[in-house]
Amino acid sequence: MNQDWIGRTVPASNTYVVGREKIREFAVAIGEVSPVCTDVDAARQAGYADVIAPPTFAIVMSMRALSTVIHDPDLGLDFARVVHGDQRFRHQRPIVAGDELRVDITIESIRSMAGNDILSARADITDASGQAVCSTWSTLVAREAAA
Amino acid sequence: MSPTWSSLTVGDQLPERQFPIQRADLIKYAGASLDFNLIHWNERVALEVGLPNVVAHGMLTMAKAVQVVTEWTGDPGCIIEYGCRFTRPVVVPDNSAGALLFVTGSVTALNDDGTVQVTLTATCDGATVLGKAQVLVRLPRQ
Repeated sequence: MNQDWIGRTVPASNTYVVGREKIREFAVAIGEVSPVCTDVDAARQAGYADVIAPPTFAIVMSMRALSTVIHDPDLGLDFARVVHGDQRFRHQRPIVAGDELRVDITIESIRSMAGNDILSARADITDASGQAVCSTWSTLVAREAAA
Repeated sequence: MSPTWSSLTVGDQLPERQFPIQRADLIKYAGASLDFNLIHWNERVALEVGLPNVVAHGMLTMAKAVQVVTEWTGDPGCIIEYGCRFTRPVVVPDNSAGALLFVTGSVTALNDDGTVQVTLTATCDGATVLGKAQVLVRLPRQ
């Protein structure tokens, strides 16, 4: 892989508008039963402006942003061999339906270990007023090609 | 009653949970997350790349495991930080049972800033599928 990418930040090319139905769909798909993720009245009673996203929802927008980077031929990642190595989320506040978010990707490290290429990337998610909402860290491992 | 920071002791166990994962769940998660990687729904491709069968999205396993915490607190919005490693794939056979994910959680730190660290274990057929699964939660003091 191209080591020149280490430390490089790829700014968002568009925004991600968080839909109420998308949050509901995601909550149902993972089996999250908390009403604050599906019921607007319950969410408002709990002090939120609208339904809130489950804690791993940010993966939807961070992977969308990251996928454009990891498919860049100049980076040289063999996507066919990629598996998800680890994942972390840090929330400044929950993601709420109606949020218009931008996702900036930073390539934190590129390593090679036992024939595997290991890419670590951070996604910084900010809202329309520029406030930090969430950061996610993803490690992708391109396994050694079979001999 | 939701837990409070002052009511907890390091070592406290959260209610454990079992999560069945069937093929249909993988299709639903693929649609909701937009992760259409073929190894999560196409048996032919999964076998071709050397997997024993179709495997669950690591992110689906991660999303289910943290429900041990969100059910305990009652509010998914109190999760400040959550991370894990994907140590082993969850193989989901094409039968009515599918796979069974077993998740436990315990309080591993009570921090002075009012946050609580919970460490999760997630196993499938007795094998650990998530490593270093740690959740940082903000709870009311009292």
